[in-house]
Amino acid sequence: MYPFTYHRASSIEQAQALLDVSDDSKLLAGGQTLIPTLKQHLASPGALVDIGKIEALRFVRVEKASVVVGAATPHAQVAGDGKLAQKIPALAHLAGKIGDPHVRNVGTLGGSIANNDPAADYPAACLALGATIQTDKRNISADDFFTGLFETALEEHEIITEISFPVPKLAAYEKFPNPASRYALAGVFVAQTEAGVRVAVTGAGVNGVFRMTEMESALANNWSADALEGISPSADSLLSDLHGAADYRAHLVNVMAKRAVAQTC
Amino acid sequence: MSNTGIGARIERTEDKRFITGNGRYTDDINLPGQVYASFVRSPHAHAKVTGIDAKDALALKGVVKVFTGKDMEADGLGGLICGWTVTSKDGEPMKVGGHPSLAPERVRYVGDCVAVVIGESREAARLGAEAVAVSYEELDAVVEPAQAQNQNAPKVHEDIDKNLCFHWELGDKEATDAAFDKAAHVTHLDIVNNRLIPNAIEPRAALGDYNPGSGDYTLYTTSQNPHVERLVLSAFVGVAPEHKLRVISPDVGGGFGSKIFVYAEETVCLWAAGKIQRPVKWTAERSESFLSDAHGRDHVTRAELALDGDGRFLALRAHTVANLGAYLSTFSSSVPTYLYGTLLSGQYDIAAIHVEVEGVYTHTAPVDAYRGAGRPEATFVVERLVERAARETNKDPAELRKKNFVTKFPHQTPVILNYDTGDYNACIDRASEMIDYKSFDKRRKEAQAKGKLRGIGFSTYIEACGLAPSNAVGSLGAGVGLWESAEVRVNPTGNVEVLTGAHSHGQGHETSFAQLVSDRLTIPIEDITIVHGDTASVQFGMGTYGSRSAAVGMSAIDGALDKVITKAKRIAAHILEVQPDDIELADAAFRIKGTNKFIPWGELALNAYTAHKFSTSEIEPGLKETAFYDPTNFTFPAGCHICELEVDPQTGCVEIVDYVAVDDFGTIINPMIVEGQVHGGVLQGIGQALLENGVYDVETGQLVTGSYMDYTMPRAHDAPPLRLDFTNTPAPSNPLGVKGCGEAGAIAAPAAVLNALTSAIGHENISMPATPAKVWRAIQT
Repeated sequence: MYPFTYHRASSIEQAQALLDVSDDSKLLAGGQTLIPTLKQHLASPGALVDIGKIEALRFVRVEKASVVVGAATPHAQVAGDGKLAQKIPALAHLAGKIGDPHVRNVGTLGGSIANNDPAADYPAACLALGATIQTDKRNISADDFFTGLFETALEEHEIITEISFPVPKLAAYEKFPNPASRYALAGVFVAQTEAGVRVAVTGAGVNGVFRMTEMESALANNWSADALEGISPSADSLLSDLHGAADYRAHLVNVMAKRAVAQTC
Repeated sequence: MSNTGIGARIERTEDKRFITGNGRYTDDINLPGQVYASFVRSPHAHAKVTGIDAKDALALKGVVKVFTGKDMEADGLGGLICGWTVTSKDGEPMKVGGHPSLAPERVRYVGDCVAVVIGESREAARLGAEAVAVSYEELDAVVEPAQAQNQNAPKVHEDIDKNLCFHWELGDKEATDAAFDKAAHVTHLDIVNNRLIPNAIEPRAALGDYNPGSGDYTLYTTSQNPHVERLVLSAFVGVAPEHKLRVISPDVGGGFGSKIFVYAEETVCLWAAGKIQRPVKWTAERSESFLSDAHGRDHVTRAELALDGDGRFLALRAHTVANLGAYLSTFSSSVPTYLYGTLLSGQYDIAAIHVEVEGVYTHTAPVDAYRGAGRPEATFVVERLVERAARETNKDPAELRKKNFVTKFPHQTPVILNYDTGDYNACIDRASEMIDYKSFDKRRKEAQAKGKLRGIGFSTYIEACGLAPSNAVGSLGAGVGLWESAEVRVNPTGNVEVLTGAHSHGQGHETSFAQLVSDRLTIPIEDITIVHGDTASVQFGMGTYGSRSAAVGMSAIDGALDKVITKAKRIAAHILEVQPDDIELADAAFRIKGTNKFIPWGELALNAYTAHKFSTSEIEPGLKETAFYDPTNFTFPAGCHICELEVDPQTGCVEIVDYVAVDDFGTIINPMIVEGQVHGGVLQGIGQALLENGVYDVETGQLVTGSYMDYTMPRAHDAPPLRLDFTNTPAPSNPLGVKGCGEAGAIAAPAAVLNALTSAIGHENISMPATPAKVWRAIQT
């Protein structure tokens, strides 16, 4: 790593103040992407402000119609929270399948969605459930939050504080992991929400997570795996790499979507 | 069997040290005044180095020195060598491209070392390395072995035509072709044996030290063979004379072959320590390991098997292009030749075999021995051919194998080897019974009912371990002898140190070797220490690779034990006033046979050193003996592995649902350690079959699979249920009857898995690694 100054914040206010101290500071949460990036000398921030240890950002709160998760809550806590699992089992299942036990005990929900890796799992849950991302400045709907590959609506130094997931009537997540990295090669989150059927796809899109409206309409008419027969995204809009060409990913999106729906039937 | 002797399933004594974090690896060793090396590596697959400007690096705080290849040349240092000369079929010796530790003029693969920066800290050295400005004139690169000989392919070494290092052949071409001409059926197969990247858990490391007062050099490094390392660094590279160089290979966390070789980095650390008169340390980062550890396999092969109308194998021929990488590594030329072509008879009686191998240079990391080394490649050719032949001729694959097995020993194959013992039917029968082969169709139908494609595949492999005797391997081009040495030191208090020329880097020698000593000397295993890995304490030895350390290394210990026991009996006879033949060693005492008169082991040992009770004009004081052991033949472990798997046709995912292995390793010293070796080997074989692939970009020559994000290492969940059993035909070529077990799993598994997979999907058109994407596509066609 290149040398940098490390600050550990104990409150949001302190984090905001620390970010302003230098003009090339970066937020650190679980560090599961940022630390390897630093180790490879691919980033050289002057200062890191660690918000991962702020207690006020580490919680799971189950409300009547939603589940609210603090931005610095590690995946393992989301996966293991019994009350959350009762309300949105698909979210607990998703969190329990991220990376490996090391990653799940350190990586955070806020860190994952702020990074918006096109193969990360959480963006699919946020988008399919119609989550609201609350920051220290405003509320952002998931539909507006994920703007492209590693791109979000967050402004410089804006801090995610919590994510509110409306409780769906039914939901499920299925992913096909990249054999090497275990990130999603194709991950599909399906949900029957108050606002209608929503389907979000991660791991496959050239612009990151996206909604599959064709699947949504088909499922709105007929919530069954059969309704998805023949519906896949166009390969033109999908990633191609060593582990899966675009046509294979398009096929996997269909298979994962069907398997997700089948889980709920 | 005593409870700690040969055959005892005892826990490994070294594991307490490893598991509690008390191992002592190269990177754990720090010396006063130590500085750190960081290498400037080529970002290009092929380029001319037109200038190296170290000014900015030297201006950085903490940067001590920058060295380039020109500095090493100016010091008269030689390049790295290949220790096995292969002769082409036209009689010409192989063409060797120069291999400087730091490339002075031209870089030949991504990761090739250009300069080294020495810094007061790791960070300073690394920042310094980034600040060295190297000017490159980029050139075209070739990375695929099949394209290396093309007319317009860029040359890796300017003076080597068509990038051809050697064009080697083995066997009788005329007889083979004649047999093919009269064959009733010929099975063809085109095979790519995928490139593997070793990934030992401990990365390579080196710490060079120089004492200006004495002129002594010490190198601590991650070597599987410290004496060979010292010999190469002194006699060929010329860093220091052999008696002024001590090489210490402390605890080493896995090698799989990749730590046999003498690399640029340790050479530079040792030399630089002398130049700046401070200890110089380097530990590879994982990214450096991917780029610069010698890779494995990487063959392209066309093979054919000729059968008569009854299904008897008449002949086999193969043509292989083997990727050697940019430079010849320490033993790379032997791997696709004498460790490959000689194994093409498999377990079968085949009258005629002919193999041609073209070893080619490419702009990739050097390729050398990796667990199995040539033998997995040969087994894959033979066992895929046989399985396919069975399918094409509508024969049961087990029956076709049995029809063609060698059953009489010794058996001379047409490709040098003389199999001394084995019982191949015993292995396949036991394995078939374990997996319930005859009920497979029922299981296939059950799988079908749940939407899965189920397949079964055999691999009846043969292996040649403990290459020997030395004069025979010398006649094939080896630059070294392949014996092993041992010294058994009985201390005055009766405990024992055994100095072995073998080296343990995960194999459990400290336990297995001690079991032999405990067995023979009838003393507790706690009283025995196995010493290895330091040229200052251990006599010259050849190290550990090729599953040789039990067959050769333990046989040397056994020879030294014979001498110790003989001498101890003479001393006991003197003290007890009988003839040596009247003395027997049992229960840690020397006893007059048939009496209760005895001397305890410890008392005898003390007497050997006090020398009060025998005449030193007849018997020398002390109790310490050395033996060098050169086996009379290779050993030939063999076995049958059967894999059963299910394919999800919707995703292409392969799940190995059952795997049985029945191996004949001869005498087994510690069944638990042997089972562990088979487990690890099979997992590596499954890795090659389904997961691992070293990929270079064809256009740019960049390593695409340079991290675990893209290189798929087998994980715990990839481990299928493994069920093992053993048969035993003791090896006649060594006193213990052992054969070697370290590589068998990696040799057998790839063919078993691919035979099962092709059985499941119903056609042969799939290559390793059979990733879900490839399997899915294969099912679509």
